[in-house]
Amino acid sequence: MTIELRIDDAIVTAEQGDTIRDVAARHGVEIPTLCWAANLTPVNVCRLCVVEVEGSRPLVPACSRPVEADMVVSTNSHRVRTSRRMVLELLASSVDLDRAEPELLDQIEEYGARPERFAAGATKHAPVKQQDELYVRDYQRCVLCYKCVEACGDDAQHTFAISVAGRGFDAHISTEFDTALPDSACVYCGNCIAVCPTGALTPLTEFVRREAGEWRPDQQSVTRTVCAFCGVGCNLDLHVQDGEVVKVTSPADHDITQGNLCIKGRFGWQHLR
Amino acid sequence: MSDLHVGSERADDAEAAAIERVLATTGPAVARVSARVTLGGMQATASRRHLLLPGLWALQDAVGWISPGGLNSLCLALGVPPAEGYGVATFYDLLRTERPSTTIERRCDDLACLLAIEPPIPTDVDAVESSPCLGQCDRGAASLIQTCGAPPRIETPDREPRVDAGPSPRLLRRALTGAVTSLADYRALGGFVALAAARTMGAEAVVDAVTAAGLRGRGGAAFPTGAKWRAVASETATEKHVVANADESEPGTFKDRVLMERDPFSLIEALAVAGFAVGARTGWIYVRGEYPEAYQRLVAALDESSAAGLLEGITIEIRRGAGAYICGEETALLESIEGYRGEPRNKPPYPTTHGLFGAPTVINNVETLINVLDIVEHGPDAWRSVGTHDSPGTRLLCLSGHVEHPGVYERPMGVRLADVIAEAGGVRGARPLQAVLLGGAAGAFVHPDQRDLELSFEAAHEAGVGLGSGVVMLFDDTVDLRAVVRRAARFFAHESCGQCVPCRVGTQRQVEVLTSERPDTALLDDLEQVMRDASICGLGHTASSLVRSARTLGVL
Repeated sequence: MTIELRIDDAIVTAEQGDTIRDVAARHGVEIPTLCWAANLTPVNVCRLCVVEVEGSRPLVPACSRPVEADMVVSTNSHRVRTSRRMVLELLASSVDLDRAEPELLDQIEEYGARPERFAAGATKHAPVKQQDELYVRDYQRCVLCYKCVEACGDDAQHTFAISVAGRGFDAHISTEFDTALPDSACVYCGNCIAVCPTGALTPLTEFVRREAGEWRPDQQSVTRTVCAFCGVGCNLDLHVQDGEVVKVTSPADHDITQGNLCIKGRFGWQHLR
Repeated sequence: MSDLHVGSERADDAEAAAIERVLATTGPAVARVSARVTLGGMQATASRRHLLLPGLWALQDAVGWISPGGLNSLCLALGVPPAEGYGVATFYDLLRTERPSTTIERRCDDLACLLAIEPPIPTDVDAVESSPCLGQCDRGAASLIQTCGAPPRIETPDREPRVDAGPSPRLLRRALTGAVTSLADYRALGGFVALAAARTMGAEAVVDAVTAAGLRGRGGAAFPTGAKWRAVASETATEKHVVANADESEPGTFKDRVLMERDPFSLIEALAVAGFAVGARTGWIYVRGEYPEAYQRLVAALDESSAAGLLEGITIEIRRGAGAYICGEETALLESIEGYRGEPRNKPPYPTTHGLFGAPTVINNVETLINVLDIVEHGPDAWRSVGTHDSPGTRLLCLSGHVEHPGVYERPMGVRLADVIAEAGGVRGARPLQAVLLGGAAGAFVHPDQRDLELSFEAAHEAGVGLGSGVVMLFDDTVDLRAVVRRAARFFAHESCGQCVPCRVGTQRQVEVLTSERPDTALLDDLEQVMRDASICGLGHTASSLVRSARTLGVL
């Protein structure tokens, strides 16, 4: 059923079941997100996408709130901008964001967030975990967006190797009893790495180059190909730097993979020259 | 989840026996079916996930902690991935995932116990931890003792707190005479008359009566109970639930504990009435983990009522919380029953349409539910004869802090604050009153100038405070209210579930700012705004309300 609602200054049409974010995006109104991804169920935990809806006392998360007829939505009011600025200040003052997606860093600029106001506050401390030759988990960069948990769980892989553990500021991503990844249920599909927005989860190949100051996305070429390991037909994007494959991803909008791969597609490229 | 990957450790004999006992009481086969769950043909095992928390408690009680082997075996039995089981276990304060000292004392140092005059009782323990409010503020200086191989127990000074039913005894009518622990005694005091009356009236008439009475929720949100019941009654789903929220955890609140300890059958009966009225065949009571006595009495009352054939048409399950204030938030409570981390859901949708296991659900606070018995038995008009027009009925008030006679006081809605305080003996030692805390850590201070305030929903709202869960905590002139505010802030940081950024980091930052030498008010303003506007649930929305109140009073 088609309905009408107001988003900022425009009356727009939408289908029942659309989220505010979906409709806004279709009409060129950009709402920032962090924990939202096209291939995951919205968990609405980062609260970066909050908007003002007339009649609602608190702000509402645009990523998950379905539109209703005659809704009046403000996506960029002073209240909205204050909350977004604060979410960014809270995140940037508690975790290391220097390897985050560029959009997040742009937003810190755009909303005038000044995380240094909380410079004396607690930060997340966690030793870098490298327990195998494929992943590095650097949880002091983790914003707890739940994306990796969702990708490992019922949104993609159904492996359930990780969960959020603990509570409050101490909440963190963990295997049971912090069991080493090779001993856990992990199957090394790397779908958690693919969705991580802050560089907390990276392939070893990327981590090593970053640590050495040799990670240069602007010098990387991306070649799309089809995985040759089996007959499913997953598309692969080979990220090549200095003549070497440094990372493999799959396009999130690919109708077969939706951005997901298995261990072979994502990590089985050492034979390529 | 046939390909569940579980490590090699398994339960030892004591743990295995504990798990067996839980599995033997399978409870109703219910499972949350949603787009996010793939049952993979293993519906039978998946449907028992709601036994995860009881299973974790069984392990904790048997051996003092959740060991890797115990967790693995429990997860295998229930078809729960161990990482998720671990995530659930580490969510709760009272469940331990590291082998603990033999006996641990969790000593309350929250708002009321902070003021306790008596020194804590010396106990023979191996370790002492700080605990948030244990709901024993009428007794003072409370501790929860956890010993390996036994359920937790509460220790308090040996003081008999007041249970004062006032001029219109209703909710406390039976509790007045001491604990009603047998069905015979309960029936002698008029028990199970309301349920019979409800069945005679018919379901629709019960909902009509509750609506006509104008009963509003006593848990803090004051939502009209009749509207909630009507919404669920009108749902056509075959599966529906009624839930008693007995996870009373707001600092300074202990009225539901007193009700459950002294009049446990009334909650069972009221829940049966609710189930009958809305067409739910399953009822759940979620009791705070720190209330072992209330839990045991409820279990006994349920057993005796069922055995006597009084609960035809409804199956009631009792669940023990495990140390998480957030599970008093209704959707977090539902998640907790289902065997997930107690993280509040985003609303809408509300529990009336998408509640427990995704089915239409009525969830009411204990005091709210027990009011229904009088409404059904005596009719809405009689029930409305006390209280104010907009806040009919009586209210249980929890008097604590620097008051001469702490305890639960039942008073008609609209009673003057000064009158209740006077009837409770006034300020302890007749010292000058500095402030009264209404509504708990999520509430507000009231200045002595406002002592004429009427305790009704409308008058409190007008005065910009809330009755919340009935907390009336007195502070005399010796108290440093800044310390009280800091303790409340620490409480929220400790109890935040950690799901959303504004609350997870905001409550932490609020503690940091408040403990700095000169709290930066610009930072407090910004933290208040983001937590109130952008948090998922009421915890974040109200985590700064006491800070705001203290600033208004000029304390900060």
